[in-house]
Amino acid sequence: MKATILVRPKPGILDPQGKAVEDSLKHLGFGVDGARVGRLVDLEVDATDPDQARAEVERMCAELLANPLIESYEIELAEGS
Amino acid sequence: MTDTKPRIAVVVFPGSNDDRDAALALESLGADPLLHWHGDGDLPDVGAIVLPGGFSYGDYLRAGAIARFSPAMKAVADFAADGGPVLGICNGFQVLCEGGLLPGVLRPNESLSFVCEDVPLRVERADVAFLTRCEAGQRLTIPIKHGEGCYFADDELLAQLEDAGQIVLRYEDNPNGSIDSIAGVVNAQGNVMGLMPHPEHAVDPLIGSGSTDGALILESLVDRARERSFAAA
Repeated sequence: MKATILVRPKPGILDPQGKAVEDSLKHLGFGVDGARVGRLVDLEVDATDPDQARAEVERMCAELLANPLIESYEIELAEGS
Repeated sequence: MTDTKPRIAVVVFPGSNDDRDAALALESLGADPLLHWHGDGDLPDVGAIVLPGGFSYGDYLRAGAIARFSPAMKAVADFAADGGPVLGICNGFQVLCEGGLLPGVLRPNESLSFVCEDVPLRVERADVAFLTRCEAGQRLTIPIKHGEGCYFADDELLAQLEDAGQIVLRYEDNPNGSIDSIAGVVNAQGNVMGLMPHPEHAVDPLIGSGSTDGALILESLVDRARERSFAAA
């Protein structure tokens, strides 16, 4: 299965990258506020059962892909490759 | 026993770049350092371990996040669980935090700029293994050089660290946005310490600004390694 993992800085956590992006956008004349920069991971999981695949990706997030102290994550699963 | 040299392992990750500086500094302070490749999970008998600075695995994902899975890190965790002294410097600090051996996390500097300068630090506690040659309240000048040195702990963790006396070094003039100006912490047991400043770059008076304050930290570590290595002798 295909999995897409979206990792975000938790609300309230200072995000200097988001701030820099926001400042640059403002500099370009865009009316923006509250820009936050996260990370997107696309991958294929061997598991074909959605529940099993989700459990697997949850473990990946807990062990490596996100740091729970500062980041939250969302998982999207899709059939096929 | 002071003429006996304790062995101290310096773990080398792909992307470490202060490993040799750390080994050289430890040697000049009376230790017998050995460079230990991260892929080797079989750690020789040592009195202390140093995780050096650098950019292990290119700092991909989050600094230190990938290095923590090295075979050697399992041995480091076992050594620490047994009470062995482990010092993480800069990237080594990041690895220890990501690996759960130290609380908190290091994030990109608030300024987003790489900082490279001598900074004044305050010793908050001198009764931990890595700072026994210092005095509480003492001011040390030690260089920093990092892009991801902004220490973060949430309110609950921060209160916990404060109560337990785990914050051992603070910046006098916060250079990177670290919460509460934290420059170094220890674990609850006091045998694992991480700091962003580089004591190994402040040992030789002919190098850098001439400060040798880093020697106080590394000599404290050498003392502890000697005690551990030769306690039975």
